[in-house]
Amino acid sequence: MAALNTKPNIAAPDDFYADLLAAHEGLSKAESDAFNARIILILSNHVGDREILREALAAAKAQNEEEKRS
Amino acid sequence: MDQTVETGGKKIFETPLYPYAKSPDQDPGANAHHPVVIVGAGPIGLGAAIDLAQMDIPVVVLDENDKVSWGSRAICFAKRPLEILDRLGCGDPMVDKGVVWNVGKVFFDERQVYDFNLLPEKGHKRPAFINLQQYYFEQYLVERAFELQRQGKPIELRGGNKVVSVTEKGNGVALSIDTPDGPYTMSADWMIACDGAGSPIRAMMGLDFVGRVFEDNFLIADVVMDADFPTERWFWFDPPFNRGQSALLHKQPDGVWRIDLQLGWNIDKDEEKKPENVIPRLKAMLGDDVKFELEWVSIYTFQCRRMEKFRHGHVIFAGDAAHQVSPFGARGANSGLQDTDNLCWKLKLVMDGLAPDRLLETYDVERIHGADENIMNSSRSTDFITPKSEISRIFRDAALDLSERYDFARPLVNSGRLSVPCVYDDSPLNGADALAGGPARTRPGAPCPDAPLGDGFLLDKLGNEFQLLAIDADIPDQVEDGGIAATALRISAADDASGDLAARYLGDAGSAVYLLRPDQHVAARWPSFDEAAVKTAIRTATGRA
Ligand SMILES: Cc1cc2nc3c(=O)[nH]c(=O)nc-3n(C[C@H](O)[C@H](O)[C@H](O)COP(=O)(O)OP(=O)(O)OC[C@H]3O[C@@H](n4cnc5c(N)ncnc54)[C@H](O)[C@@H]3O)c2cc1C
Repeated sequence: MAALNTKPNIAAPDDFYADLLAAHEGLSKAESDAFNARIILILSNHVGDREILREALAAAKAQNEEEKRS
Repeated sequence: MDQTVETGGKKIFETPLYPYAKSPDQDPGANAHHPVVIVGAGPIGLGAAIDLAQMDIPVVVLDENDKVSWGSRAICFAKRPLEILDRLGCGDPMVDKGVVWNVGKVFFDERQVYDFNLLPEKGHKRPAFINLQQYYFEQYLVERAFELQRQGKPIELRGGNKVVSVTEKGNGVALSIDTPDGPYTMSADWMIACDGAGSPIRAMMGLDFVGRVFEDNFLIADVVMDADFPTERWFWFDPPFNRGQSALLHKQPDGVWRIDLQLGWNIDKDEEKKPENVIPRLKAMLGDDVKFELEWVSIYTFQCRRMEKFRHGHVIFAGDAAHQVSPFGARGANSGLQDTDNLCWKLKLVMDGLAPDRLLETYDVERIHGADENIMNSSRSTDFITPKSEISRIFRDAALDLSERYDFARPLVNSGRLSVPCVYDDSPLNGADALAGGPARTRPGAPCPDAPLGDGFLLDKLGNEFQLLAIDADIPDQVEDGGIAATALRISAADDASGDLAARYLGDAGSAVYLLRPDQHVAARWPSFDEAAVKTAIRTATGRA
């Protein structure tokens, strides 16, 4: 069964991170928010698998849950 | 249909169709009693009355009004209700008059982002949708009721009869009615309450109606215009002529166009409805040189809610009285007709003493499942069309922006998912699903999909009674259990050269036997005939297992 990969999976992580920040450069807060929404939809569609998407939502949500508890 | 309603040159919605006439029930001391009383002659009450009368159950329909519906209401009717109307004997006038459409366009801001074609599946008698004014829909139902009357079927429509009190008595119902000649009372074994979203009967019985109100207003206008807009559904998100809001343009018969303009929450409704405010809005949308006339202008707030239970002893709620949805997705009248489709055959078996009262409990199980599915779908559409938070608007706009360039985003755009019937999965009436390799779409609980059969269609041969459908299998003429008979219909995959019939009913199987309910839903299926198994399934499907 497919599962969310939470192990390192990006080659040259520093380069990717720099690309991500560069993509936001010069954007207003509203433009950045819109960009983020588009990239989430694009990547989600690429993943496609609903089970993995559910796990990804839960993985991102874990931070909020923790903050609520503390 | 051999007779139409006489309108004397007036528009149909201005013409009394079943004007008040004094009934002998109003004579002093009459103590009238009826097997079934239906309150409300809207689409759902009329549908129920026709269904019962076709089965020879005497039925009286009471409505405080005497005309078809007033104002802008339903326009979009989906395939399943059209199939139900065929069973009720009035599908043809609806489809003949209705506008069939397949193409939709979606606009965002100043541009068209994409268009789509519904590409309806082939091999069905009825189209995926028609657009038809609700007043025509009701007119054809009333004409069908009159036709049945002329054929001697026990159906009576009483206009000018306002129900003012209802008491559920455990073994029946007592009601009082106001008329132009004063009040009278009657009793009934059963009452079907089809008295609309504001259901006075629900209030009289102190019953709940909980759900969600969408804090938004919509200007709904029907305009008559000679325009050469194509027969398409056009939907705008955030257009220049209605900034920050949405808009819809959709064609109806007789050169009438439906226009929905979202207005937001904090508005002055009376002000917005005035022609001097409406006309400039419409001109901005349609262009200055388009000539149009207003047929109706109304402002609606939408909600999604349902009763906790639809059945309360001998009073059974159906249609908008039982559940209400926002109109994005055309689910109101469509799902209401599925209610009565589900209810009437069950009521008949219980009234005839052939099935126990608990069969009626399955009306609740099955139609609450349907209502929840409809509420979920129309809530989702409404949330997309009118985002309720900043982040939901950001995602909405992202999906719309992406939809222009990338196919993947188009299925995320939700301007209303058009109504499809639900499958009664997990219904206690479902029997064996023993057809190995059988298609999922015809599993027990599913409504039978149509398919070509010879030079006609399968669904025209189904319904109104239990049936045993054999496809390339041997079955007897009839199987009976406890006085309930399932009649044979024998067909062959070879009856349909297109292969649709085999794809929809056989899948990988070489032969099949289906037990079908009177409402054209699948009860059980097997690869071949087994008498004991069929009898068990009949018992299960009638609440006697
Ligand atoms: C703008 C708009 C667009 C819509 N679009 C669609 C669409 O495209 N497709 C779709 O399927 N649905 C649509 N709907 C929903 C559809 O109009 C309703 O679901 C449908 O009318 C419900 O039918 P009904 O018979 O349950 O109730 P109603 O049509 O409301 O009829 C109730 C009847 O009960 C009578 N009545 C009430 N109280 C009493 C009383 N005390 N005594 C006697 N009689 C009484 C009334 O006079 C009325 O005739 C739309 C609705 C709106 C408002």
